[in-house]
Amino acid sequence: MTTMEVERQRGRYAALAIAAVVIVVGVPLWWRTTETYRAWLPVHQINELAQLQLQLNVDVEVVFSRGTLTPEQGKKVPLTQTRDEEHTVDENTSLRYKYETKYRTATIMEEDALNQPTAAEADVALHTLSESPCGSVVVHVIPESSSLLPEGVSVYVGRRRTAVLRTSSAPRGGVTLKEVLAALEPQVTQVLHMMSFSHTDIAVAVSDRVRLGKVSRESLVDSMRAFKSSPGYEITFSLLNPDPKSHRLHWDIEGAVQNYIQPLLTKLAPVANFSIDSQILYYAVLGVNPRFDGSFNAYTLNAESLAHVINPVEARLGSSAASSYPVLNFLLYVPDAHHSPLYIHGHRKQEVPSNAFHSPRWGGIMVYNVNDRYGPGAEFPVDVSIDMARVMGVFLAQLRLMLGVQSSAPPPGFLVEPCGSAGLADWELDRLMWSRSVENVATATTTITSLAQLLDQIGNIVINDNIAQQVSSAVTSLQLAVAELEMGNLGFALQYSKEAILASERAFFDPSLLHLLYFPDDQKFAIYIPLFLPMCVPILLSLLKIASEIRQRRKDKQAKKD
Amino acid sequence: MASCCSLKILTILTFVLFHAFVESNNFEAKAGQFISSGHTNNWAVLVCTSRFWFNYRHVANTLSVYRSVKRLGIPDSHIVLMLADDMACNHRNPKPATVFSHKNMELNVYGDDVEVDYRGYEVTVENFLRVLTGRLPPSTPRSKRLLSDDHSNILIYLTGHGGNGFLKFQDSEEISNVELADAFEQMWQKRRYSELLFIIDTCQGASMYERFYSPNLMALASSQVGEDSLSHQPDLAIGVHLMDRYTFYLLEFLEDIHPASTTNMNDLFKVCPKSQCVSTPGHRTDLFLRDPGSVLITDFFGSVRKVEITMETIHLPSPIEKVTEEKKYAEPQTEIHAYVDQLPVAEIIHQKPRLRDWHPPDGFILGLWTLILLVFFKTYGIKHLKHIF
Repeated sequence: MTTMEVERQRGRYAALAIAAVVIVVGVPLWWRTTETYRAWLPVHQINELAQLQLQLNVDVEVVFSRGTLTPEQGKKVPLTQTRDEEHTVDENTSLRYKYETKYRTATIMEEDALNQPTAAEADVALHTLSESPCGSVVVHVIPESSSLLPEGVSVYVGRRRTAVLRTSSAPRGGVTLKEVLAALEPQVTQVLHMMSFSHTDIAVAVSDRVRLGKVSRESLVDSMRAFKSSPGYEITFSLLNPDPKSHRLHWDIEGAVQNYIQPLLTKLAPVANFSIDSQILYYAVLGVNPRFDGSFNAYTLNAESLAHVINPVEARLGSSAASSYPVLNFLLYVPDAHHSPLYIHGHRKQEVPSNAFHSPRWGGIMVYNVNDRYGPGAEFPVDVSIDMARVMGVFLAQLRLMLGVQSSAPPPGFLVEPCGSAGLADWELDRLMWSRSVENVATATTTITSLAQLLDQIGNIVINDNIAQQVSSAVTSLQLAVAELEMGNLGFALQYSKEAILASERAFFDPSLLHLLYFPDDQKFAIYIPLFLPMCVPILLSLLKIASEIRQRRKDKQAKKD
Repeated sequence: MASCCSLKILTILTFVLFHAFVESNNFEAKAGQFISSGHTNNWAVLVCTSRFWFNYRHVANTLSVYRSVKRLGIPDSHIVLMLADDMACNHRNPKPATVFSHKNMELNVYGDDVEVDYRGYEVTVENFLRVLTGRLPPSTPRSKRLLSDDHSNILIYLTGHGGNGFLKFQDSEEISNVELADAFEQMWQKRRYSELLFIIDTCQGASMYERFYSPNLMALASSQVGEDSLSHQPDLAIGVHLMDRYTFYLLEFLEDIHPASTTNMNDLFKVCPKSQCVSTPGHRTDLFLRDPGSVLITDFFGSVRKVEITMETIHLPSPIEKVTEEKKYAEPQTEIHAYVDQLPVAEIIHQKPRLRDWHPPDGFILGLWTLILLVFFKTYGIKHLKHIF
């Protein structure tokens, strides 16, 4: 072969070798080095969670006391029944309520407890006998002839998890137990709807998942008023004194909080953390001028002007800079001496006994008049000590509303024991825990699924290991929470749902997930072409030349053959 | 005569009854509005994306909107204000500590209670997107966060220099309409707003809202694609243009709004027609669920609180039991702390050489010696190796 041929052959081999290196080594290397690091996410499990099928299990115990069942009916008891209710909220969410009801007769000690003169005492006595676990409901059925409940009242709901139900008819001979139970069922269901949860409560709690769903008006108002589930809340009590020259106010806020508010917050500890502050603001005025109303001989604020009171005051209230928990503000306003007494009037000019109003998701304001504490000839400034029991009574009621302890009107014939100094009845806490657990589970699943969708959609986001770990732990906690709800362990379900929501929020709001890597296609071309084109064009051309030479040689061989 | 009188009385009576009827209907309507607008709090994110003295008008725009929004009730804690804030104390400002929005220095919008949350070089695309999506580092204080929830109405106002599909941030970076739309989608996914009003006053502003796809967004822009937004009036003493036309007429419109007014969005769309603005303002409402005619201006610009009368109280026992101080006063044994010597005086005075641990020679020294050895043996031959061993 001539040197030219040898040279050309060498050239061909060189071009082929370079092309091979570029394709085999270069392209994969470039691909791997420009890849964004994406840690593995449990996508399959997340997609499973997108289809949420919640099952809520309630343990109900119905205890028949003497005189409610005939002896033949009594022989069939103890008996366990399960009732299922299925609701489909939308195509991704379905709810199932399972009521496991145990029927039994009362023990001697329970009969003694029910022999108390009033229902409240009976409730206390029953509680000392046995403590029902979180999430369960006990209904004691008493005969129609019993005088434990007052006239016209058929159900009494106590402060714990017990209700007392009075049957409407005396036990009859020829009726089977099944019929008795069937007759009792509507009332028991009403009690359950009140003491644990009703479908509207749960539907509102999962409304986060339902895209722009339609919920009923009352439940929408309730959901707008109460704060969303959050791991913590900050409560601030403020005393507004616009007239320090006339009034020198003393309030024992520490003692009041310790005595009245703290028991409620301690009871709510499984639901959220609370931190309490208090402050006194001097020369803080309301933004609205009250008008003097001759018919009441007092200054009045009507309902329409109340809406404009809050904004000027809010600018002066502080809040902790460090945390981003929602803040509940409770303001106590003592009107100045020239505008006392000041009363709040409702929409139809009716008097408001509490003299207080509240704003959804913000807090409440109470007006406290002190003009009756001193006469006209008093020496200013007057020392006034504020009756904290009355003030805290109002604030506690507002706090309960803000936190979602719904107190919708009980059905007719129900007598509900007021919660007293504990601030919260056990069944109200259960109710709150049910709706909070479901809300947490719904929110956490939406967060996780939308995060997975987002990361899938935007291919350029870097997923660090810590995010993957948070997502995995959120998924695990969610699965545990759903399992616990199915088994009826409300306390554990709430705890797992809280962990799930914390982990999912941390993963979703991680600062490293910011999508700033949007490159439009023309920009990508503009960057790569100057780099790769000068390199690739010679290689491509030489490969093409080799290919055309091979084809030429084959044609020559064919021609030679022929 | 009597019949005439009775007729008069009858008409007066019917009038009064009718009025009372309308009043009561009004209350029902107000109560109904509690539900219909669906929001319980208001937030505002006001961003001025320019810096440098010749962009005075953008800062004045943003500050004027800030003033209006504050006047109508949104508190500072609910406003995230992002400005370069280099106008008031600029050495070219003939009246320091002021930013005027009308010529002849009529209205100072800077004042002494401006709360700027992101100033100077903190106004970046990254920070803006972080504020919107909530992905801020945990150490960020409350005033720099957008802590909205699913019942918040948010007003977002952007002004600066823009182009077709992008908005320039501080002369060094830009945000594209796709990124903005994605940010709003992430806000929707996390339910960070109930309704959102987006106003942009830049050149070709309408291109910024073209790509929105999340529900409940309403957008207004000062000019269409291909048009420039023009500035309003220069002040000869200050030497720069003070405001942009669209925001100027928007502010004139907002001056007539007070917290209880019932003006709706359709009036806002009519602000600054082509005759006044030279550019054609545009708006987009197809993603918004409610009819714009039923949306009040104060739903976004103001902060009208919904209130309810507290009907129930809880009866609590009084007097308060004294809180018993059960703190233990015996404190645990504390360690005896002593100060470390501030100056190692002993060492300075006595100048004792400190015993240092011996370390084998590290790489550089080793390499240097190896080099010397190699050169030596290369030059003189290997037989001299016996001198080493």
